[in-house]
Amino acid sequence: MLSEIVVTVNGVPVTVPSGATVTTAILLAGKACRISVSGEPRGPLCGMGTCFECRVAINGKPHCLSCQTLCQQGMEVRTDE
Amino acid sequence: MVAAVRAAEAGVHVGIVDCNANLGGQIWRGEAKHEWTRAAGWISRLRTAGATILCALTVFHQPETGILLAETNDSVHVLSYTKLVLATGARERFLPFPGWTLPNVTGVGGLQALVKSGLPIRGKRVVIAGTGPLLLAVAAYLREHGAEIPIICEQASWSSLARFGVTLFGQPAKIAQGLRLTGQLARVKFAPNSWPVAVHGKAAVEAVMISRQGRTETIPCDYLACGFHLVPNIELPLLLGCEIQRGCVQVDDFQRTTVREVLCAGEPTGIGGIELSLAEGQIAGLVASGQMTAAKELFGQRNRARHFARTLDRAFRLRSELRRLPSPDTIVCRCEDIRYSRLSQHTSWRSAKLHTRCGMGPCQGRVCGPASEFLFKWNPDSVRPPIFPVRVESLVALSSEPELECSEVSGGHK
Repeated sequence: MLSEIVVTVNGVPVTVPSGATVTTAILLAGKACRISVSGEPRGPLCGMGTCFECRVAINGKPHCLSCQTLCQQGMEVRTDE
Repeated sequence: MVAAVRAAEAGVHVGIVDCNANLGGQIWRGEAKHEWTRAAGWISRLRTAGATILCALTVFHQPETGILLAETNDSVHVLSYTKLVLATGARERFLPFPGWTLPNVTGVGGLQALVKSGLPIRGKRVVIAGTGPLLLAVAAYLREHGAEIPIICEQASWSSLARFGVTLFGQPAKIAQGLRLTGQLARVKFAPNSWPVAVHGKAAVEAVMISRQGRTETIPCDYLACGFHLVPNIELPLLLGCEIQRGCVQVDDFQRTTVREVLCAGEPTGIGGIELSLAEGQIAGLVASGQMTAAKELFGQRNRARHFARTLDRAFRLRSELRRLPSPDTIVCRCEDIRYSRLSQHTSWRSAKLHTRCGMGPCQGRVCGPASEFLFKWNPDSVRPPIFPVRVESLVALSSEPELECSEVSGGHK
């Protein structure tokens, strides 16, 4: 069981503790999760999968809730940029 | 979870579905890894009793009685049940004000959830605002993890809080909790009659302007954790046809809803905190598995916990000043970026939804609904399936997916 995991956020490697969610990786990378309809950067609001502000593409699948997804070794995360 | 345990220990075939990556809901998020906690104890019992545990799985539709459809990030599942216990919990109510959409504005429970999920908070300045005992509990948690808390802004007045303080003597668990909290919060400013009026910052929060005793103050900070009460997650009960009144699922003394074979426990029946949820959850699991005598033994515990919850409600009622916080261009619907001035032209939720798309985005009104309800006194109406966004590939794949059969399903879900 790894105590640290490396994922990539927009191609850049980020190290997180095992058990951390994808939102943690995104915030450690200094990125917003998404850009809103009128161009605002957005980060997580509710932290529990109800607001959908944290949605990103994970391993090619769009609209995954990053706050509800645990990081796995080698996961590829893409935010709106 | 406790419902699943009480049923499974009686030998019933039980499945528990939780949309979170781990069991425990919001209050016990991250608790179970510490073996001395109540959470770890219950999960251990669940595993020993042989319940089927399905996490990171989100229920989105019931196409016919006894069949639920659910999705993970990668797959879709069909679940069948003969009895269903809904424990869908609650979420925070967010109220809009200028700057509330900036990154690093989060809910109160929301920030705690994020920190529990790995967000580093040591050395960060966090202003906590909103209402309710949750503010203190989260402040204590964040302090324990090294955050600086310049102020806690509680919108209730001193007199409302004093009334709440008096009734604490009826609740031993709460007093113990209160005393533990006080130590950690000894030097933190707690300000009743105060609330946020604006957030300043370019790419993220840099400072929060608050109204405090009629004057404004600007406080530099890294995060604003802000939430105004909890709102029951009634979307799935509503979809199933359960009777809802005043935003709560109606249940009888045995936690049975108005729909045959469907029971409901915890926050969706009325916000009441952990002790009430534990009592109601166990009653529901016992009733679903036919253990009526054991269920009745928990009625006293439940009724005492419920009384406390009602007192809470009265003490922390939202004040009318909060309705005047948004400016005309403040975004209310975050999914579709609908601003206050557009919404205020409408006289009902339905009209606003049809004309502006407010409530039609991915969150399906989970954020803007409770906000609009408070701001405009609207009543958000019915839900339609799917109650969460679902992938087209899931809908296409459904006919060929294997079915998971359980005689009872406990749903821990939003």
